[in-house]
Amino acid sequence: MSPLQARTIARAPLASGAAARLELLEFFLVHADDIVRCAQASVDWLARYAGVRQSACLAVDAESNMLVGIAGAGVAADDIELFSWPLSDVRDPLVGALTAVQPVTFKPARPNGHASRALPLTPLGTAAFMAVPLRGTRETSGDEGALGLLLVRAQGGVSQDVQWLATVLGQKVEQIRGRGSLSEEVRKLRRERALFFTIINAVTDPILLTDTEGRLIVANARAEKLFAASEEESEGRRRAVELNNMLFSAALSRTAVVQPDPEARELLLVDPSDGSDLLFEVLSTTVEDPREGTGIVSVLRNITDLRRATEQIEENYQKLRVAEAAARAERDRLNLIIDSVADPIIVTDPTGSTVLMNAPAEEMFTVSFDSPESAQRTVQSNDAHFSSFISGLLLGVSGPGEIRRGEIALTNPNTLKPIPVEAIAGKVLTETGELTAVVTILHDRTEALERARLFEQLRVGADELQMRVQAATAELAQQNELLRRQAIELEQASRLKSQFLANMSHEFRTPLNAILGYTHMLLQGVAGDLLPAVRRQLSRIDSNGRHLLQIINEILDITRIEAGKMPLQVSEFDLTQLVPEVMAELDPMIARSKLPVTPRLAPSMPPVRTDRQKVKQILVNLLSNALKFTHQGGIDIIVSYDAAENAAVIAVRDTGIGIAPENHDKVFEDFRQVDDSPSRQYGGTGLGLAICRRLASMLGGRITLTSTLGEGSTFTLIFPVDAES
Amino acid sequence: MTDQSKQLILVVDDYQDAREMYAEYLQFSGFRVAEARNGNEALEQAFALKPDLILMDLSLPGMDGWEATRQLKSDERTRHIPVVALTGHALAGASDGARKAGCDSFVTKPCLPDDLVVEVRRMLSAVQKQA
Repeated sequence: MSPLQARTIARAPLASGAAARLELLEFFLVHADDIVRCAQASVDWLARYAGVRQSACLAVDAESNMLVGIAGAGVAADDIELFSWPLSDVRDPLVGALTAVQPVTFKPARPNGHASRALPLTPLGTAAFMAVPLRGTRETSGDEGALGLLLVRAQGGVSQDVQWLATVLGQKVEQIRGRGSLSEEVRKLRRERALFFTIINAVTDPILLTDTEGRLIVANARAEKLFAASEEESEGRRRAVELNNMLFSAALSRTAVVQPDPEARELLLVDPSDGSDLLFEVLSTTVEDPREGTGIVSVLRNITDLRRATEQIEENYQKLRVAEAAARAERDRLNLIIDSVADPIIVTDPTGSTVLMNAPAEEMFTVSFDSPESAQRTVQSNDAHFSSFISGLLLGVSGPGEIRRGEIALTNPNTLKPIPVEAIAGKVLTETGELTAVVTILHDRTEALERARLFEQLRVGADELQMRVQAATAELAQQNELLRRQAIELEQASRLKSQFLANMSHEFRTPLNAILGYTHMLLQGVAGDLLPAVRRQLSRIDSNGRHLLQIINEILDITRIEAGKMPLQVSEFDLTQLVPEVMAELDPMIARSKLPVTPRLAPSMPPVRTDRQKVKQILVNLLSNALKFTHQGGIDIIVSYDAAENAAVIAVRDTGIGIAPENHDKVFEDFRQVDDSPSRQYGGTGLGLAICRRLASMLGGRITLTSTLGEGSTFTLIFPVDAES
Repeated sequence: MTDQSKQLILVVDDYQDAREMYAEYLQFSGFRVAEARNGNEALEQAFALKPDLILMDLSLPGMDGWEATRQLKSDERTRHIPVVALTGHALAGASDGARKAGCDSFVTKPCLPDDLVVEVRRMLSAVQKQA
């Protein structure tokens, strides 16, 4: 099929005109079935013998319905076969020339742009040429169309040689076409070959045929992308292709050596276009061909995505396993929790069937077959009550967070004891709000009810108690108010009494002052000398007046003490000086009694800080009492200091009539004397000691009595050295 | 009958019996005596007579003894005259009140005329000692 053999002809020795024609015809005979060789020999002949430097032969290819170039001499284009014109394009000048009777002349365009015929692109370039139709013997008219065209450089007409050649070549082409069996065979092969490439190119998996060394013989388009690269392509791509070839050869040699049987192997290649890894499964099969020797057909299947997917699936499966384990653990834990709850818990599905229940719930709602009939009935009844409650919840429209509460009367199947139960049910919804389950907790309210009953009793009791307390408090408040008023009234009365007594004593004293004063004046002889009888009578008036005055004064003292109008007036003084003072005050009385009064003062007596006037008043009182009730013997006033109590001690000791023990307390009471009778022997108000007791108390001290009837008495005043400490 | 050499005592008391009793006994004891029944009269007499001593009952109708004493003690003419207070009120604080008002001495009724004269003489001798 190469024009080389035609050139061999060109090297043949030069012959004369007839001999040259014979030589060509001889060649036609030798290569009887080869149109291309014959055509090439023809154009070479023209160049050598007819002086036609440039010529080309075009033939009609019925198969492809094309006018194709089959041979050329002295033409610019090397590959004459590249030139072809579709016969369907009837306006094409060359196609038109096929049907022309006479040769058609083509000329290049004139400078003004008008051409007799547009010069088509031909192997002869841009020079003017002539197209001579090639016809067989049967084709007498131009209507049939020529079998081909002989293009020759225009030289002012068609020479006889050209005419002759066109005729013999036309007949030869007709002859070859007429026999045409071999070329049909070739065309068939060509078609099959094209079909074969179309098929293998259509396969998306790369397919290669290599020799045993891995060298590429045939590859489809996909395989070429991976394993073939031309010089023009980028450095990166070429390197990738090189690497792929190496990898493939290595894999192939391993296959061939280790495992001669076809078996899938994995092969990692590089994608030359982007450098990414591609994983292929290679299926190689060794093929034996008597002519080509041993080859290997390899089919590569891209499993990159498959592998990735497999890995993904594996990963997902692992995740699923982990999640499943977690879910199982969670479920176990939930079961533990649910079972550890003392209250029955029941999970039901949206149709109301029980999905799950804990042990306490089983006790209420399940029963073994061998249980007594009563237990079976109880369980049925419990079921009915619970179902009714659940259906009520399922029918009702409620949100996800809503909790339904209800009371259910259940009975313990074992004890047949009625159990008041509070059912608390919540809906479990999916994310889309679809009901998946209902969880119900049954709470035994027996204890709660009992507690509530007790609490109610307690509350009633407490209320009653509170009412009583309130009543008592109210009464108490009323009494308090009454007492308060009484206290105020008493205080007022007391104040009025004190005021009254103070006023009265003043009113008493004013006239008494005049009585005593005038009596005194008379006794003093202001009105002249008195008869002895008058003097005696005036003395009686004077003595009784003085007694009355003493009574008034003592009443006033008591009143003042009780009204709190005798405050403590503390000063520092010496007791050893006070005693003589008291004795001096009572000097007339002492003189009258003719008794020895002896002060006995401790040598180191500390000064005292207290109310001097009150101490003096007590001493005056005690001493005057002693004088009053003593008829013989004597009176001692003993002053000492009690270090233990830090107290001053003043004892008035007499040798008087004494006081019986049963009367010891009595003498300190108000208005009391031992002899209360109207005919009593001793004068006095009976207030003296009562006042002394009060005064001693004000000093923070006390008065004690030791006495033996008929032998004498000792009154002792004991008071703190410092009244303010 | 008046002897200017005798010292003049002004006796102030609304109770006639007591006033006259003291007056009589003071005269018996050798004093000249003037009398007043209330505070106003006491001031008039004191300014007019310039007595050597004033016996002042504290509970008086109208101007009482405390007020009269205060006025006497705040006046140049009478400030030097000793005032002996007389009261039937033996309640605590009575003597303090009297001293605050300016009384020089304090005597509780009932007071025997004899005791009163003793006190009067004591006060007068105290004034003389000062002078």
